Amino acid sequence: MATILLIAEQAQGQLKKATLHALTAAEQLAEKNGGQIQAVVIGEGALSAAKDLAAYVQLVHFVEAEGFARPLAETHSSAVAQAAKAVAATDVVIAASAYGKDIAPRIAAQLSAGIASDVLGIVSANQFKRAMWAGNAIATVEVVTPVKVVSVRATEFAPAQRRGTTGATQAFAATARVPRTKFIEFNQIKSARPELTEASVVVSGGRGTKGDFKPIEQLADLLGAAIGASRAVVDAGWQPNDLQVGQTGKVVAPKLYVAAGISGAIQHVAGMKGSKTIVAINKDPEAPIFQVADYGLVADLFQALPAISEEVKKLK
Amino acid sequence: MKILVTVKRVEDYESKITVRPDNTWIVTEGVKYRANPFDEIAVEEALRLRETFASSSASGGPSEVVAVSVGGGAAVAEIRSALAMGADRGILVKQEGFVDSDAVARVLKAIIEKEKPDLVLMGKQAVDVDDNVTGQLLAEYLGWGQATFASKKESLESPEEKARKPGLFLAADKKAMRVVREVDGGVEVLEVQLPAIVTVDLRLNVPRYAALPNIMKAKKKPLEELAPQALGVDPSPKVKVVRVDAPPARAAGIKVPDVATLVKKLHEEAKVV
Repeated sequence: MATILLIAEQAQGQLKKATLHALTAAEQLAEKNGGQIQAVVIGEGALSAAKDLAAYVQLVHFVEAEGFARPLAETHSSAVAQAAKAVAATDVVIAASAYGKDIAPRIAAQLSAGIASDVLGIVSANQFKRAMWAGNAIATVEVVTPVKVVSVRATEFAPAQRRGTTGATQAFAATARVPRTKFIEFNQIKSARPELTEASVVVSGGRGTKGDFKPIEQLADLLGAAIGASRAVVDAGWQPNDLQVGQTGKVVAPKLYVAAGISGAIQHVAGMKGSKTIVAINKDPEAPIFQVADYGLVADLFQALPAISEEVKKLK
Repeated sequence: MKILVTVKRVEDYESKITVRPDNTWIVTEGVKYRANPFDEIAVEEALRLRETFASSSASGGPSEVVAVSVGGGAAVAEIRSALAMGADRGILVKQEGFVDSDAVARVLKAIIEKEKPDLVLMGKQAVDVDDNVTGQLLAEYLGWGQATFASKKESLESPEEKARKPGLFLAADKKAMRVVREVDGGVEVLEVQLPAIVTVDLRLNVPRYAALPNIMKAKKKPLEELAPQALGVDPSPKVKVVRVDAPPARAAGIKVPDVATLVKKLHEEAKVV
């Protein structure tokens, strides 16, 4: 009997939305291998997040002991590996967020498991689709070990639905390992805008902004959008790292993606080509971004974006 | 301080990547190869740390930078490019064909047990298979701490970067590295006890170009070759690639003449505003 252990992600007791997308991947895997899903959530606030998750999963284990407060890869991977062994998990599923990417391979190493990372689709009980070469190829990989670890790209799976009944929450007594890493500080980037990977509209700026994001912000606020940026913008320090859209940054798939002053390097396109509608605004008619755009406008973003804002206001 | 850096030979991201008609892999004929860009950032950081330590007594003596690659015989070129940047010597663990990230991690573990570095710097991912798992697997196999996605607080256009200052630095007790990490929602700072694994992200530094005299000198630097079996490692994979497909193509879009038309289309056709 297959048992799938979903690793939930939380901060201060708040369940991260990516977890519900990963749950859908776990459900699709359960359809292939006939398994049952349990979940585990770790860290300070785990019980609170576990209670929320119990609306979706029949049994949620939580680890809230002192040695696990902070999301350190060594301690959290160890807690998951212990839980996976305790429930005889055949599969471990987690969202490929920064947290998931940090801990999932360590879990795999402790379980002698193969790991399929940043998975886009579940092909069978042991085969998964994932992007390679910046999304220029889609590979089907087969994990040949009895236990498998799968990290999933949240934007490729819809959020899971609540079950009719509420599941149970149960403390899991994991043994804390003494970590060789020490948490020093976390500098949170505070923003009133929606989170980039969860927003239904994203307005992104590139080198063409010359660092002036005012027209981007104005349109984003009008549309209730998140702000994104190309690598050039983030490298220059014009916008925080957290806003980079691309192969090595955030992968987004909103309903509407507006790329302003972005040339459309393949690494950027890999992070946004799953968007439903793509609008490109660029002064250069030859910019490669126009090849992926549904609607292209050859114009100066400093004129076009305020004009778009005005037109959108007329609709409202 | 002895620093080990990894250098993977990968397809150049400027080359056009196409899938083979038999769907077994990508077309490699006519593709250019280079060192994984993330690994180049790791090499650069190692060199900057070495330079910093050379001008202070911080690390207790001179440092050595060892560049390691796991791959086919052709990967000698990428090790030489790390040596031309300034690494002291190279090691190639020669294994032709696809080697999965787990096998790479196990090979690196064996090398590290032999070389006993104080710090291992590697790219957070290789831009061919885009796995982003090898450093973390390696850290667990060694029982070491890890700091993934290393960055720094200053931008790549800052005076600190122009002065080629390292982004990582030794903690006050000199037994740990202090690492700034890019994570979701902000920036985290960790201190990781040495020896440690640090995987590097894009904004840690801008790697240097190798000067021609250094390219010539690199040809004379020591480069050892050995097989995984000589290290007692079985390179068989835990994850196999069974098929490769081209990504679904996006239907071609249109160019609109003006803002009014654009907003009208978005409103009436795409129904997104």
